[in-house]
Amino acid sequence: MTAMLAAYTAVISARYRMLLQYRTAAFAGILTQLFWGAIKVMVMAAFFQYSTQSQPMNLAQVVTYIWLGQAFLGMLPWNTDREIEQQVREGSVVYELLRPVDVYFYWYCRTIALRTATTTLRSVPIFIVAGLMLPAMGLDAWKLSWPPDLTALLSFMVSMAGALAVAVGFTNLMHVTLVYALSGDGINRIMPSVTMIFSGMVLPLPLFPDWAQTFLNWQPFRGLVDVPFRIYMGHINGAEILPAILHQFVWGLIFIAIGRWMMQRSLRRLEVQGG
Amino acid sequence: MIAALQLYGHMMVMSVKGQMQYRLSFFFLTLASFVTTIIELVGIWALFDRFGSLGQWQLYHVCFFFGIVNAGFAVSDALTTGFDQMGTLYIKNGQFDRLLLRPRSIALQLFGHELALRRAGRLLQAVLVLIWSGFQLQGSFHPLAPLILLFAVTGVICLFVGLFILQATLSFWTVESLEVMNTVTYGGVETAQYPLAIYNRALQWFFIWIVPLGCVAYFPVVAALNLTDPLGTPWLFQALAPSAGVIFLALSLLIFNRAGIRHYTSTGS
Repeated sequence: MTAMLAAYTAVISARYRMLLQYRTAAFAGILTQLFWGAIKVMVMAAFFQYSTQSQPMNLAQVVTYIWLGQAFLGMLPWNTDREIEQQVREGSVVYELLRPVDVYFYWYCRTIALRTATTTLRSVPIFIVAGLMLPAMGLDAWKLSWPPDLTALLSFMVSMAGALAVAVGFTNLMHVTLVYALSGDGINRIMPSVTMIFSGMVLPLPLFPDWAQTFLNWQPFRGLVDVPFRIYMGHINGAEILPAILHQFVWGLIFIAIGRWMMQRSLRRLEVQGG
Repeated sequence: MIAALQLYGHMMVMSVKGQMQYRLSFFFLTLASFVTTIIELVGIWALFDRFGSLGQWQLYHVCFFFGIVNAGFAVSDALTTGFDQMGTLYIKNGQFDRLLLRPRSIALQLFGHELALRRAGRLLQAVLVLIWSGFQLQGSFHPLAPLILLFAVTGVICLFVGLFILQATLSFWTVESLEVMNTVTYGGVETAQYPLAIYNRALQWFFIWIVPLGCVAYFPVVAALNLTDPLGTPWLFQALAPSAGVIFLALSLLIFNRAGIRHYTSTGS
């Protein structure tokens, strides 16, 4: 058991260190994300400027939500592991089956590295620019605010682990889909857009129409963005925190259950491409 | 010139035939491009549902901007696959030498690389949105609106084609194309979906004088819809502003040919 666990942690750390090598790409990405964040902030500021009634979130909260979104963009299930994709297409996925580890969890570990490595590189500079430099430049209205208290900060950190569980579970489900269905490639191109809107990346979920809120509260993707970010700014607070975090981990486990079941089913009738 | 266009037409026909061999893949890629754009639209709709209006701008105004920009972007994106993939397909492995040997211009060969039909998803959606918002705006159009809007879409296409050419030009130096250019391409589409007047001064200046996105989308739409421009520009300027897109394309091609191709050194053996 411990030997098994050591193998999995080795996979995570090796992949993580490998992915950290792409630093120039990460820094180019940061510029793009700062620009993107600034545009979104200006659009939201314009809407709030003309708004007369009170909204479910104020401008400062929406702005913080936008910047956090840019900082942790890499954690969203927006892409898949290229090597896994290639292995499935070329048929070398059979080598994966020979390894003395469970393929599902082996891929799960690779996915943990995929979702965390670039995020580590990208998030810190965005916190520095949006959280420290913008207020120093006198642009207080556009800044990324800090958590209001220690409870918010600590529960945010736990909730980010929950967001990672949802993100990795779902990304790995996309990997399994590649094996499961031959046209999985097409489905995987559509899913990232769906997760973008339902996570809150396109627009903070509380700003969607009131009639949609019940559905939005149940669906899994709010665990990626909406839950951790609102905990960060104290918008989800007190007794609401625990159920929200629980919601994330339950969905994370459901994705594992579905993914592993699909993986085992498809391995029984696996057809390897190529010769 | 005519011979070049004939050749280009022939290449496009071949490209379409080729893509039609993989119908299911084409269907999914088109669907994906449709879904990606509809996400943006849902976001815009939800914002207006929550806030009512954006000052003088209503949902149908913003939808009109969205339609013009996305229609133009979809077309330019479909035309420029060759430029988009130039770094990986031609520069990295020295294949660019072969393009140089052929008795046709490099730009023509790259334009002829592929007509990416999968972008039709975005185009279809843009057209649907334009029709819907056009109906909402019935009666407020200027008599010359069809001409101005046609000019606007042409301007948008030229501007984005120009940007994709510049992105390719950069890859003569960097080999892989740079993600930074996404700020003005995809970021430009995102920006131009909303009226230019709502943005910060510096950004307005950038999108009028450096990357003239405001000139090809915002100003002509304001002119065609008979709106008062909060920026205070005269009508004639607004109606003629899309020429900036054409000029931008001409300059991009010049830079590509003069600076880019001249800088190319082969990786060949």
